[in-house]
Amino acid sequence: MTTLTRGPEAVKLPAPAPAARRRGRWVTIALFLLPALVLFLLLVVAPMLVAVYSSAFKWNGFGGLPTDFIGFDNFTRLFSSEIFAQDLGHLLVLVVLSICVQLPFSLALAMLLNQRIRGRALYRVVFFAPYVLSEVITGVLFSLILAPDAGMANQLLSVFGIESEWLADPDTVMPSLFLVMTWKYFGFHMMIYLAGRQNIPNELIEAAQIDGATGWKTFRHVTLPLLGPTIRISIFLSVIYTIQLFDLVWILTGGGPSHSSETMAVTMMEWGFKRTQVGYASAISVVMFMLSLVFALVYQRFVMRRDLEGASTSMGGRR
Amino acid sequence: MNHGKATRARRTTLPLHLVAWIVGAFILIPVVYAVLGGFKQNSELSANPFGLPETWATGNYTEVLASGSFWLQLWNSTFIAVATTVVTVALSALAAFVFARFAFRGRELYFTLFTAGLMFPFAVAILPIFVLLRTLGLLDNPMGVILTQAAFGLPLTIIILRGFFRSIPGELEEAATIDGCTPFGFFWRILLPMARPAIATVSVLAIVGSWNNFMLPLVVFSEEASWTLPLGIQQFQGQYASDTARILAYLVLAMVPALGFYAIAERHLVGGLTAGATKG
Repeated sequence: MTTLTRGPEAVKLPAPAPAARRRGRWVTIALFLLPALVLFLLLVVAPMLVAVYSSAFKWNGFGGLPTDFIGFDNFTRLFSSEIFAQDLGHLLVLVVLSICVQLPFSLALAMLLNQRIRGRALYRVVFFAPYVLSEVITGVLFSLILAPDAGMANQLLSVFGIESEWLADPDTVMPSLFLVMTWKYFGFHMMIYLAGRQNIPNELIEAAQIDGATGWKTFRHVTLPLLGPTIRISIFLSVIYTIQLFDLVWILTGGGPSHSSETMAVTMMEWGFKRTQVGYASAISVVMFMLSLVFALVYQRFVMRRDLEGASTSMGGRR
Repeated sequence: MNHGKATRARRTTLPLHLVAWIVGAFILIPVVYAVLGGFKQNSELSANPFGLPETWATGNYTEVLASGSFWLQLWNSTFIAVATTVVTVALSALAAFVFARFAFRGRELYFTLFTAGLMFPFAVAILPIFVLLRTLGLLDNPMGVILTQAAFGLPLTIIILRGFFRSIPGELEEAATIDGCTPFGFFWRILLPMARPAIATVSVLAIVGSWNNFMLPLVVFSEEASWTLPLGIQQFQGQYASDTARILAYLVLAMVPALGFYAIAERHLVGGLTAGATKG
């Protein structure tokens, strides 16, 4: 997990060299580094700066850089917008559901597949498979399955007398969306937990059992604490992903019905591309960025601090 | 938690299998429904969603396969994924080599700049990227998507490759230099071949990321000729909204490359995707 400050410097300075060779060294460095640097500055750094810059303007996205400066008006408008408040609510719902339902579910299955049961390799392959499929395939597939009338889910559940409008009803759209997210992503978290579990020496578990701990107690007091770093990373990934959630929602509901499943990224795309209010949309993207950034910094500082000294994503100035 | 109790293990695994089967069904039923549904008529699909088709109507699949657009999208997706991977890995490897094995003023600063890129979510920059690509005339041009994807892939790829390059002992480089190797010769003939596992990891990330990308192609490609599979699937659904069986057939065929790749390179895929994400 740590990549920035691992081990001793593996750099060997070449022996003192004549000026010509030293110049050659600089040419090598420049030639090797420049292509990546130029591409990165042009397509990552510059657009990020433009996004921040244009959030202070009224801009339709045409005619060079924006000129109609309006200060923080986009942000005040955004913070008083009802749709944006709903976006935040949806984010909260999905984060809570992920942490309280999806991740424990993944953890339980990881523990299950860590047992020596026959066919566990096959189970693993099957459980991870949805993660390999694209969001679009997943989304279109489930938009058909969860179709309100004769969709497959309703036909299957009619045996139990259950019928739902799923994605078409503002009351059920968020749980339905979460169901699809779980289908697609739990295998990923399960694999992370499995890898984490396999890093725990079995001797520790066995020692606890010899001391008379039951299965649950061993899990609660030995396995779970030792899995702490892994769990904290998986929560981190889950939250960061949910802040930027776009593809699945766009395909499944487009944010509807009547904004009841809209996310920040969907709102941003609506304003940016359908109504060409690029300045206002940029303000949304800046808020998205700030949310991710603040969450990442706070989380790494206070929650993951002991897990990853010198994490690559933290900009806390560690060398 | 019944390790090492072989006699009891046999009896106690039954409930575990039961749970695994239920979860497996949750995963597989949608996919099996799609595969079988593609062979049905629409009327049969609503009357008999789960059973085998009464008559195996292959028309839906063969019509998709006979249409040029499916193959064109498959080609576009493949081309963009491969090109993205080549550009990402090539540029990152060169930069990571410098970061790992040269000492120079400003090295850590540049490296920190790249690592900070991990904090820039793609969605945040999409509007300026669109404006930029329009200005550069790269809309409806595969290069627009390839270069952008590569640029956003650089930070993680550089971090992973630099970590690997650093782990290769310096004596090796000295020996190569004494034997008359230029820095590039050492990089190309010795370092890269040794870094194959790390390159496999970052390639998997680049390929899967590009293959599944939706947001960027959505805004960059408006002409049908440039569509990738995700765009094609979405448009196909809009076009044949009521023809569920046909959409299912299209979906299943679009799943084949990803699942086929998964079947062949399962270990690499799982390893690459999980290691890549947790390193970020």
